[in-house]
Amino acid sequence: MDFGFIFSSAAGELISPTTAAYALAALGLAVHFGYSGLLNFGQAGFMAVGAYGFAISTLTFKVPFFVGLLIAIICSVAFAFILGIPTLRLRADYLAIVTIASAEILRYIVTTNQLTGLTGSANGLAAFEGDFFVMNPFPPGTYLGMNNRDFFIRVVGWGLVVVCCILVWLLMRSPWGRVLKGIREDENAVRSLGKNVYSYKMQALMIGGVLGALSGMIFTLPRGAVQPSNYGTELTFFLWTCLLLGGMATVLGPVIGAMIFWVVLSLTQSILYGLIESGAVTWLTTVQAGQLRYILVGVALMLLMIFRPQGVFGNKKELAFA
Amino acid sequence: MTEPRDDSHNVKTEEVNYMTDSRPIAIGENLPGCKKRDPIVVAENVTRSFGGINAVDVEYLEIPRHKITALIGPNGAGKTTLFNLLTGFDTPNSGEWKFEGSNIAGVSSYKVARMGMVRTFQLTKVMGKLTVMENMRLGAANQPGERLSKALFKGIWGGREREITAQADVLLEKFKLDAKKDDYAASLSGGQRKLLEMARSLMVRPKLVMLDEPMAGVNPALTQSLLDHIKNLKAEGMTVLFVEHDMNMVRHIADWVVVMAEGRLVAEGPPGEVMKNPAVIDAYLGAHHDVDLGDAEGIKELEAELEADEESIVGTENAGMIAPEAVARLEEEDGR
Repeated sequence: MDFGFIFSSAAGELISPTTAAYALAALGLAVHFGYSGLLNFGQAGFMAVGAYGFAISTLTFKVPFFVGLLIAIICSVAFAFILGIPTLRLRADYLAIVTIASAEILRYIVTTNQLTGLTGSANGLAAFEGDFFVMNPFPPGTYLGMNNRDFFIRVVGWGLVVVCCILVWLLMRSPWGRVLKGIREDENAVRSLGKNVYSYKMQALMIGGVLGALSGMIFTLPRGAVQPSNYGTELTFFLWTCLLLGGMATVLGPVIGAMIFWVVLSLTQSILYGLIESGAVTWLTTVQAGQLRYILVGVALMLLMIFRPQGVFGNKKELAFA
Repeated sequence: MTEPRDDSHNVKTEEVNYMTDSRPIAIGENLPGCKKRDPIVVAENVTRSFGGINAVDVEYLEIPRHKITALIGPNGAGKTTLFNLLTGFDTPNSGEWKFEGSNIAGVSSYKVARMGMVRTFQLTKVMGKLTVMENMRLGAANQPGERLSKALFKGIWGGREREITAQADVLLEKFKLDAKKDDYAASLSGGQRKLLEMARSLMVRPKLVMLDEPMAGVNPALTQSLLDHIKNLKAEGMTVLFVEHDMNMVRHIADWVVVMAEGRLVAEGPPGEVMKNPAVIDAYLGAHHDVDLGDAEGIKELEAELEADEESIVGTENAGMIAPEAVARLEEEDGR
């Protein structure tokens, strides 16, 4: 087994644009669930709104990059608004049902054959990232072992993660964030103190949704393609895994959680493949190994919930009375 | 005993001292639904039914301003439902009510609270995973940082935050919670949570405080200090409406008592008068309600009363260990 390769590919996952995308989307979930108590099981839907909103406006309406970005953000705010109107007056579990359903509805809509001209159906859309890479300030060459294109998307992706983390941190230490945390604990008590709970929940849903949409764009830009199968329910649950790994009501938790998630996946895959290829493990095929690693992530999550339920960064005290 | 705060002296220098104001509260006779000299809440024909049962059916009710009003009645009389209706936490089947002259029927609960009508809950609601201080700060009004557009800039809301914190410090000290201010509210005891909830509602600087069973589950020593806090609210110019089952508390602090049974008002008046009302005694209090068993004279009084009562076994040969002689013997043994 080539341990050098195993660790370098794990280190590569640490800063890959996909990890950045997961970190952003999980940060959105932290705003939803960790701070506001909103059970959003449709974060993949918000990511799809961001990705498709950008891709369609670029390909079909030929708008410049930043207009496409703006459209993606506006679409995610509108999506949050539509989801929120009927559900935010109800208990948290209703929002969970509605979000999981609407994320699936969205995925089926973009897969519809009648819309192939617009959404590309199951094949998805491609070749919309040109405008983005034209802005690359790094001349061709090697940067930390990457070409200028890979380096650029990483700089942008992680730059965005840092900016969003700072913004979320600033928001959550403010009185606005305090009201959200109060709503998480008991919304009737907050209402009795004269705060418009509905409006705060809507704002939180929108902010988390915008983070999801940005994440969808970071997810899709390096691939140069957006496909409906990437935005299935399992994506949402991976994001929840990242959030729980890192700690729910924290800013850095989702970021570190996403890193742990991808590093564990990469390590287990390389090690299992290495063992199979060297003949040490004969009772497993490489295909089975690929599935086994998700089982291992699940086991890791269970162990974490048992021995450190607050996540890596969470505050133990906050859980002590749950 | 806590002394009234300094600013209560300012109140005293005004034309009316709310603590000693003894002008009659009602206009005319003290009948259920009577008009008040100076009402803060006026409710008319408020009804709410659950299934076929009329939980609340109040024809006319006025709550006097700058007074402590107790709302009493047996379990299921509709007291808490009336609270929920008046504060917008529940929607009535019919009815209108005014707070300080403005119609607030159908107004959402948070707007009612902003107008100065703040309530607490029978099942205490504290934000467990926020600290006691954060709970208090959450109660304050007019914090610009609670708007999303200004939340990012501490320069805008930092000043108001310091004022709020100072205000919270004063209240926490009064309610003996200052040592706990950095603890999570979930670590407080049940009685301390009641105190925190009351203190937090005062952060809103309300005109009318509505307390739903403020004494439930609070130990006697704490009850005494809570009573003083409630009296002090009146001194500071607030109006208090509370639901309570503890008759001693009602007798000690209430200026006015409203009695409900089966959703309707059955009696109104000053505590002494209401507690002699036969309808109230039948519906709620029971015959021997006015004896305070907590004090030494009370037991003797009760025994004398029971002996005179034909329905009681005291004074007959069936009395057994609750006969006066048996009790006296026990006390003697205790004395030794």
